Amino acid sequence: MTQTAKLSFPHPPSRPGVTPDFSYLKIPKAGTLAVPDVKMSVEDAAPYAHGLIRVLDGKGKAVGPWAKYLGDTGSAEILRRGLRDMLMMRAIDKRLQIAQRQGKTSFYIQCTGEEAIGCGFARMLSKGDMNFPTYRQQSLLVGSDYPLELMIGQVYSNSMDPLKGRQLPVLHSSREYGYFTVSGNLGTQYVQAVGWAMAAALMKDDGIAAGWIGDGATASNDFHGALLTASVYKPPVILNVVNNQWAISSCTGFAGGGKATYAERGLGYGIPSIRVDGNDYLAVLAASKWAIDRARGGDGPILIEWLTYRAAAHSSSDDPSVYRSKREAAAWPLGDPVERLKTHLILKDAWSQERHVQAEAEVLDEVRTVQKEVESHGTFVDPRPMPPADILRDVYAEMPEHLRRQRQQMGS
Amino acid sequence: MPSMTMIEAIRSAMDIMLERDNRTVIYGEDVGYFGGVFRCTAGLQEKYGQERVFDTPINESAIVGMAIGMAAHGMRPCVEMQFADYMFPAFDQISQEAARIRHRSNGDFTCPIVIRMPTGGGIFGGQTHSQSPEALFTHVAGLKVVQPSNPYDAKGLLISAMEDTDPVIFLEPKRLYNGPFGGDHSGQAIGWKQHPKGKAPAGHYRVPLGKANISRPGNDVTVLAYGTMVHVAEAAVKACGIDAEIIDLRTLLPLDLETIVTSVKKTGRCVVLHEATRTSGFGAELIAEVQEACFYHLEAPIVRVTGWDAPYPHAQEWDYFPGPERVTKALQQTLEA
Ligand SMILES: Cc1ncc(C[n+]2csc(CCOP(=O)(O)OP(=O)(O)O)c2C)c(N)n1
Ligand SMILES: [Mg+2]
Repeated sequence: MTQTAKLSFPHPPSRPGVTPDFSYLKIPKAGTLAVPDVKMSVEDAAPYAHGLIRVLDGKGKAVGPWAKYLGDTGSAEILRRGLRDMLMMRAIDKRLQIAQRQGKTSFYIQCTGEEAIGCGFARMLSKGDMNFPTYRQQSLLVGSDYPLELMIGQVYSNSMDPLKGRQLPVLHSSREYGYFTVSGNLGTQYVQAVGWAMAAALMKDDGIAAGWIGDGATASNDFHGALLTASVYKPPVILNVVNNQWAISSCTGFAGGGKATYAERGLGYGIPSIRVDGNDYLAVLAASKWAIDRARGGDGPILIEWLTYRAAAHSSSDDPSVYRSKREAAAWPLGDPVERLKTHLILKDAWSQERHVQAEAEVLDEVRTVQKEVESHGTFVDPRPMPPADILRDVYAEMPEHLRRQRQQMGS
Repeated sequence: MPSMTMIEAIRSAMDIMLERDNRTVIYGEDVGYFGGVFRCTAGLQEKYGQERVFDTPINESAIVGMAIGMAAHGMRPCVEMQFADYMFPAFDQISQEAARIRHRSNGDFTCPIVIRMPTGGGIFGGQTHSQSPEALFTHVAGLKVVQPSNPYDAKGLLISAMEDTDPVIFLEPKRLYNGPFGGDHSGQAIGWKQHPKGKAPAGHYRVPLGKANISRPGNDVTVLAYGTMVHVAEAAVKACGIDAEIIDLRTLLPLDLETIVTSVKKTGRCVVLHEATRTSGFGAELIAEVQEACFYHLEAPIVRVTGWDAPYPHAQEWDYFPGPERVTKALQQTLEA
């Protein structure tokens, strides 16, 4: 007998020089899905886990039940702030990516194309809620008005860095702004978010937790550990999957396997799950509001798959042109979040091309000014060394004897 | 003072902390309703309710990961790994997360958790119920690592661990749960009742972390041991009549180097014991520190007695276990050198 079984190997939408093909994604029309009750059970969630919550149609018009559900949350004023957040995020990424190229810092990660998700989600959270972000969720910080000088200081690892140079750039931490200290190890924080949410329920403090993970890292054990424990204890946690189609050079198929969406993985654990157009700022606001209300109301965990596209390189150490076509981002069927919100606001007469250009210049100027000030405290090309003995602080609450001896050996 | 087994002492510490500090939660596999496979949490769920003491899915990484999230939010989780052998799926959460949260967030977040786990052999558990992974933990900056050798210390150390603001690995030598064990596996099992350290106050007290205990004062050779090997050392010394000073380390990290160095400078000789495999074991660390601090006081090479560098066997457990004969031989060798 001859062996007839054949292995399958996932292939990306494009390779260098090959025309991008996103036909593996079925993109439903905007406005087709109803807004379910926040108490939605897992049995009723299938259309939401398989479909796609979208508000903005191809022309930039807000359509359907989720647009209505937004109500005042979708006011022109709020949307203009959202657009400004995204422009700010883009300006920060742009300036810091350049700074990395100039050797002023060792490393940087951009979130280009994914700005709507964090910028929008953060605007729907309340004080005391806690995100457990990945390295690519800095848009959450922008959406919670985190001081720019701290954000930039962290990337420069100088005396303005709230983390004293201990962490790789972009691995921010701020309890006050609901941003848990980011690990460089993928997946681990997903289950920590479940623990935080369990504590919130046990301590009855009304807060919720939000776990964040990339599509690639859903392959990790801790992704499944988090879904499992969330389904067992039902704490107020939102488990976010940012599906940006890539994990460095590996296409999403390596974590996605078969035809199921990431949201559908949640259903298997009995967790109501929804899939959302992550490049549609209005859909982000609406779905976030719905999910946060649900979690805070005590109706248990929820999983959100955000469909988006990693338009930039994985990191400053990556060159995507060696593994995917340069035309992929342009071919991405859900477009660009900034362009889509801009079009919507212009269509509503709440924005104009001139105001847009002006806003872009303003945020860039703001970032540049703060950046300059932060750079005056030192960069990798103009280093102002911090005391080496600081390495040994905060390893423990109190410095034990062996670290004291090592501090002496350091000579400081 | 009431007499207690090691199990009762550990349970009493958790009972007291559940009572005193409402931030305390206790959980793990079979820990809740049933009270743990070694019974360390028996009765606690009944007393404090399932929100304080509960069962978990069989996912060690999630058990520790949840504890990290809870602790960061202000709770005090004390969790159980059913056996130290099963901590490996959680090692990522322990070594990369729990141990570093304070440092990497510049103190913005902290991780006051205790991870209890039964360790060591002597119960015919084979290679997956007998391991001693302490050196894997002592190699991680940011952790504290504790291993008691008797009920009095176990209770006082566990209370200190649960009150500590840093993550503590609490290794419980399972062979000592029900009685002291000097390595004579053919003899009658003895309980903790007759042992002086088998008595402990019923209420709250602390045994400080980072402080060793001289369990037998002596002049001729210093023996460094922890957990079960403290009792093996005592049995060996009793049998051969050598005037050894036995130091029960109690906390491996941070190490009480001062007590060790004072003793070795006095005796000029040192024997290091552990049940774990030899190569890169915690004994290597002890010897390195002792030679650096006491080189000019040493009159003989420092000797290690450890488990062999092989997986812990099932049927040949007593050929593997570093029993009193091997310890006696090492003591004599050191004295004759
Ligand atoms: C446990 C672990 N394995 C591997 C890596 C190296 N690594 C860093 S990012 C990355 C890709 C992650 O992709 P995804 O989860 O989709 O997130 P994205 O970068 O797309 O935001 C890999 C493999 C890591 N940081 N941690
Ligand atoms: Mg990805």
